[in-house]
Amino acid sequence: MNEPLFEYLLRLGDNDVVLAQRLGEWIGHGPVLEEDIALANVGLDLLGQGRMWLTYAGEVEGRGRGEDELAFLRDGSAFRNAQLVEMPNGDFAATMARQFYFDHAHLLLLRSLCKSSDARIAEIAAKAAREVTYHAERSADWVIRLGDGTDESHARMQKAIDRLWPYTGEFFAADAVELDLIERGIAADARALREPWLAAIHLVLDEATLTRPAGEWMQGSPNRGGKQGVHTEHLGHLLTEMQFLQRAYPGAAW
Amino acid sequence: MSTEWPLWEIFIRSQHGLAHKHVGSLHAPDAEMAVKNARDVYTRRNEGVSIWAMKSADIAASSPADRDVLFEPAASKVYRHPTFFPMPEEVKHL
Repeated sequence: MNEPLFEYLLRLGDNDVVLAQRLGEWIGHGPVLEEDIALANVGLDLLGQGRMWLTYAGEVEGRGRGEDELAFLRDGSAFRNAQLVEMPNGDFAATMARQFYFDHAHLLLLRSLCKSSDARIAEIAAKAAREVTYHAERSADWVIRLGDGTDESHARMQKAIDRLWPYTGEFFAADAVELDLIERGIAADARALREPWLAAIHLVLDEATLTRPAGEWMQGSPNRGGKQGVHTEHLGHLLTEMQFLQRAYPGAAW
Repeated sequence: MSTEWPLWEIFIRSQHGLAHKHVGSLHAPDAEMAVKNARDVYTRRNEGVSIWAMKSADIAASSPADRDVLFEPAASKVYRHPTFFPMPEEVKHL
């Protein structure tokens, strides 16, 4: 098995699956019907992308595990998603701040992966990038509207932006797993994405009249974050719900 | 409630060359979000290639009470329908 590639594909797929689960928690609880549907749509896009990454991961692993086994029968410490995406939904501002940070990092990552020397990765990335372009527009629109909205929406948005900031560092760090793949032209160089990401989010934060967060300290660094399997206490609770059916009724299908 | 988002009427063009058709309405804080919401609410199953959104409040509508005044005069004028031309036998699909 190509261990680094398997790890890398889990990182890509787990981000999608875990965030999709978080967005799914909004169904029936959205602030308005339109937003309820929109959040579910974004979640479904991510779920579809996660399926493609995990299916490929299962093939690379070569032990007969498919997308379902990887998504529903792995324990928390085997998940490789960034800690940001497992953060609880909080209020609508917190959900949008999380989405905003993620979408822009996700988009840059996928665009870079379109040039991967691994044809399968390039293909999935190209398909996903189209969907994520829309996600990034939508979450930026909300950050601007809430930041430059009422006093209360501004205060809540600023609080969410500041609170989630330390969870963004992971997206721009590369450990041994990634360095090996970067060398072979397979993985995107996450370190090179930080500057364009900062430029993109600063543009939006300025328009939103929000203060740019500037803290240097980041969660999960160096190389002890979600990508390496170190998670916050929130992931276990999320998986309990997400994996319940397959755990309680192994092999259940419909 | 005055803090509620305004209502927008949504028109979708299903294919190039066809006209935009009214598909329903939705709430959104502004025009840009109305188009985005319309994308999510009304084009989830490949329904369209183009979206128009307009504020419901900007639509001037006829009143149901005026129905007789507006439309009744047309009811008795069958000669406005092109049904009085003899058709040649050979024309089958007109």
